[in-house]
Amino acid sequence: MFLSMNWIGDYVDFSGLDKKALIHNFTLSTAEVEDIIVKGEDTYGVVVAKVLSVDEHPKSKKLHLLKVDRGSAVVDIVCGAPNVREGMLVALATEGGAVSGHKITKATIAGYDSYGMCCSEAELGISDDNSGIWDIERDLPEGVALGTDIKEIFDIDDIIFEVDNKSLTNRPDLWSHYGIAREFATIIERELKPLTLDDVSKYSSLPEVAVKVKSTETVWRYSAIKVENITRKISPANMRIRLYYCGSRAINFLADLTNYVMMEVGQPMHAFDNRKVDKIEVQTFPAPFEFQTLDGVVRKMDENMMMITSGDVPVAVAGIMGGEASKIEDDTDSLLLESATFDGISVRKTSTRLGLRTDASQRYEKMLDPELCVIATERLLSLLFECDGGARVISAFTDVYVNKYPTITLKFDKKYVDRYTGIDISSDTITKTLLGLGFGVERNGDDFTVTVPSWRATKDVTIKADIIEEITRIYGYDNFEIFTSHSALAPVRKEIQKSEEDRMKDLLVKAYRLHEVHSYIWSDDAKNAELGIKTDENVKVINAQTPDHQYLRISMIPTLLSMVKENRGYRDEFGIFEIGHTVEGLRADGLCNEQKKLGVALYSKVNSEEELFLRARDAAAELVSDILHTEAEFVPSVCDFAFEHPQNAFDILVGGEKIGFISVPHPTVLANIDKKCAVAFFEINTAKFAKSEVKLNKYSEPSKFPAIDIDMTFVCDPSAVVFREVVKAATEASSGLLSGVKSRGVYTDDSGVSALTLRFSFVSKEKTLSKQELAPTTAAVAEALAELGLTIKA
Amino acid sequence: MKERIEKLSESFSSALATATSRESLEALRIEYLGKKGCIAELMKGLRDVEDKKAAGQLINSFKTEVEAKLGEATEALERAAIEAQVRSAKKYNPSLIAEREFGSYHPITLVSREVEAVFESMGFTIEDYSEIVGDYECFEALNIPKHHPARDMQDTYYLDNGQLLKTHTSAAQNAIMKKYGAPLRAIFPGRCFRNESTDACHENTFFQMEGMMIGEDISISNLIYFMKTMLSEVFNRDVKVRLRPGFFPFVEPGFELDINCEICGGEGCPSCKNSGWLELCPCGMIHPNVLRDGGIDTEKYSGFAFGLGLTRLAMMKYGVKDIRDFNSGSLRALSQFKSL
Repeated sequence: MFLSMNWIGDYVDFSGLDKKALIHNFTLSTAEVEDIIVKGEDTYGVVVAKVLSVDEHPKSKKLHLLKVDRGSAVVDIVCGAPNVREGMLVALATEGGAVSGHKITKATIAGYDSYGMCCSEAELGISDDNSGIWDIERDLPEGVALGTDIKEIFDIDDIIFEVDNKSLTNRPDLWSHYGIAREFATIIERELKPLTLDDVSKYSSLPEVAVKVKSTETVWRYSAIKVENITRKISPANMRIRLYYCGSRAINFLADLTNYVMMEVGQPMHAFDNRKVDKIEVQTFPAPFEFQTLDGVVRKMDENMMMITSGDVPVAVAGIMGGEASKIEDDTDSLLLESATFDGISVRKTSTRLGLRTDASQRYEKMLDPELCVIATERLLSLLFECDGGARVISAFTDVYVNKYPTITLKFDKKYVDRYTGIDISSDTITKTLLGLGFGVERNGDDFTVTVPSWRATKDVTIKADIIEEITRIYGYDNFEIFTSHSALAPVRKEIQKSEEDRMKDLLVKAYRLHEVHSYIWSDDAKNAELGIKTDENVKVINAQTPDHQYLRISMIPTLLSMVKENRGYRDEFGIFEIGHTVEGLRADGLCNEQKKLGVALYSKVNSEEELFLRARDAAAELVSDILHTEAEFVPSVCDFAFEHPQNAFDILVGGEKIGFISVPHPTVLANIDKKCAVAFFEINTAKFAKSEVKLNKYSEPSKFPAIDIDMTFVCDPSAVVFREVVKAATEASSGLLSGVKSRGVYTDDSGVSALTLRFSFVSKEKTLSKQELAPTTAAVAEALAELGLTIKA
Repeated sequence: MKERIEKLSESFSSALATATSRESLEALRIEYLGKKGCIAELMKGLRDVEDKKAAGQLINSFKTEVEAKLGEATEALERAAIEAQVRSAKKYNPSLIAEREFGSYHPITLVSREVEAVFESMGFTIEDYSEIVGDYECFEALNIPKHHPARDMQDTYYLDNGQLLKTHTSAAQNAIMKKYGAPLRAIFPGRCFRNESTDACHENTFFQMEGMMIGEDISISNLIYFMKTMLSEVFNRDVKVRLRPGFFPFVEPGFELDINCEICGGEGCPSCKNSGWLELCPCGMIHPNVLRDGGIDTEKYSGFAFGLGLTRLAMMKYGVKDIRDFNSGSLRALSQFKSL
């Protein structure tokens, strides 16, 4: 929203103050100013002048040769405006002056000297009218001498500032110059001047306007008054300039007047041509219908949309826009003037459904103060009479006040303010601030009872915490002394899952040199399709940006595989991981079964898939042993997902509970990633991980005696050996002497028989062992392993 | 005897001068000091000498001289050998281009950890929360009733089971208040979702860090103190902060917090739209309705809350120009963030 400092200056005396600095203070105390635009600065030396004669240019059809009286002299001007005529009063930019930044110098145009320029309104920057030069006679007050600087007559100099609309959503009162003036007045501690009004109570003996409100739920107040004999067609220049500077366009006097009042006091008004609209009903229609709004668009209306009708003929969309059929025409001389308060939610819904947001609807959405209905009418009448002495009110001010907001009074004491602010703001300052903002203040020492003004009581200020904001923002946050809090010390509680996830990241980044990535919570069908993965159906995003992104992800792995594919060119070998949220369908209570998971994917062009798989296995096992101080188990299982390799899909167990899975891609998926590469991946549910018991780190005193290594070779199917069980059985059979087992490799002979060599380390805490002494132990170990299918090779 | 020794001494000296290898020194040692060597011969010859004592002393001093010279020569030889080994050793080049691959953290992780560390040091607990929440947590419990225009400000992703993807980390406020009660000091980083089209400055998926401090007499003054302290730590400079009124239904009063622009030092530049200030984080005193819904006694306790844009902070800190880099998975971009 654009605001004019001249306009605000009608109500607050800014004399002696730096206006730009004031606007800066407005940002700190009220709402963010996005831009400050200085108007008129680059226009000067433009004077009132009279065209004495107009001659045709001998060589140009467009150009005219003028003699213009600029008061101090008569000068030659070459002018191209189509509307120039003898006797016309114009705004003449004189030599040495400037118009919107263009310096005016003597120029030779098509062979003739020109000592200035007759200006259009657009050239002066006061409207977008560039159809001809500004015929200023009708805008001049009487008795203005030729040569008078136009800036002495017209408010071309102004400072306009733009306030971010979003920062005013909770302040319906600030959608007006008068409301903004009240803020300035309070900030600079000066008086807010009253509006000049025309008291409507004097018309009470005139006949009422027929007003009937049927939509009583969505109308707070509907008031109307009729005026006739309006002859003025064009608004005064200063009114047009203000409207233009504030982002509106002058249309005609009556339309401008309603706009001007809306911008000044914040109340949208609608002027119906009284010849077409004589009575008012506010209602909805039972069935959809078409309606042409005054912007010429035919719109589809539905049964929820509140309409203004006249004898059941719709004439306006309530609170949004009037109808084409009843709009003000050039010959309109009598009005039915609407000043009403419609419900914000209702207007917003209709406006959204129609895709039609207007200055009026924007204001209604904020919940306007119904008290404004009277003020706006009185202000409009006052302006009307000022500009058009012949206009006459022909009805009583008809006021249907359907719903009233309750008066809000709030009680608090200074102690409450002190507690909330943490500083000492005096009771006098509190009083002064609240009075300035229009609150009623009853003060008894440090106890306050305040009455919220009607323009703040529609939703904005309802509780005493709201009062704190009023006091502190005017006091100025820059003026706050700042202190740390007085709080008891207590140990910081930390979520186990969060700290374990941090440790997982550290281990994967530092020990396994993986890269952490982030992706999205939804599956990407298109990217999955590139890998030959069909996206699993899951909980859906209703309003996804593309149908490709509608299903939430169940597993972290498909996205990681896509990222692996996209990063193929990065290095011959790399790994990535992400800790993120997934959804495994719905729980019994209908809510999403949301899970947090770690996904890891490794890629290599130089190592075999088996090597890569084992490296992934190492990483998973190390996460478990490093963080939980226990061992993970890897158990063959059926695939959770089709993208896994059925031959090599394993569950990851901790303490017998499944916490995740590890696998390599299905060959078709792998081929889609890269022709020649290896990929391995695993996924761990971090919540399940965090639920696993963290074992204490145990210390076992090392033996002072040397260990002895004994190799044994077994005939077996090496892929079927579960090494964890082998170690367990050997340990149990070794009478406490076995300290370690290592695999020394597999050898397959020509006949296809495989042999596995294991190296067993034995150590005693009492003495140095000899091979002979160990013979019974190794025999026992061999026997135990034979039961697991490992027979000693002969 | 004396002459014999002098003669031997001369021949030893000349032999030693020509002995340049370990082997020739060893041969010399055997020739003179060996069991059948010259000195042993001399000792045998003592039998025939009259002044045995003087002759013995002469032989012994000769023996000592031979031993010492041989020792010196051996040592010199070894030294020379080592020096030769050192000289001939390969010279390494530490400037060789390294091929080691390092792991990397996501920049959001790094920035989040940095902020977490600051708050942890001030006694704040770090919480985590789900990404899928209900209308209640995201709006109702935050004093944003249905039809409130504030809901227009955020385009929400709704799910077909009636839940939604959280639009702000504030969605965790209610649950965390209920979990801990007052007094409470907590921060909760989290991922948020807004249904908007993406470009260099907008992402539909981004991170925020919410913080809350609730206690007796927690004031606006405290809020400014904590925000200033935290931001000074994060940016590693004495940050100037500025509070402006800002409207958020879940705080009262609500603020927009600006920090002084580091790029221009507050003079005004394109980054700060010539204002000298950068809008960084909305904050405010927690609205009494929100405290009440969280089960907290509003007469006894007050508190402040803030929502820091972690993604935005990461962009500022690392000079990332395109927000989409964060979720791109591109290792050329992401592998640069190795540690704090």
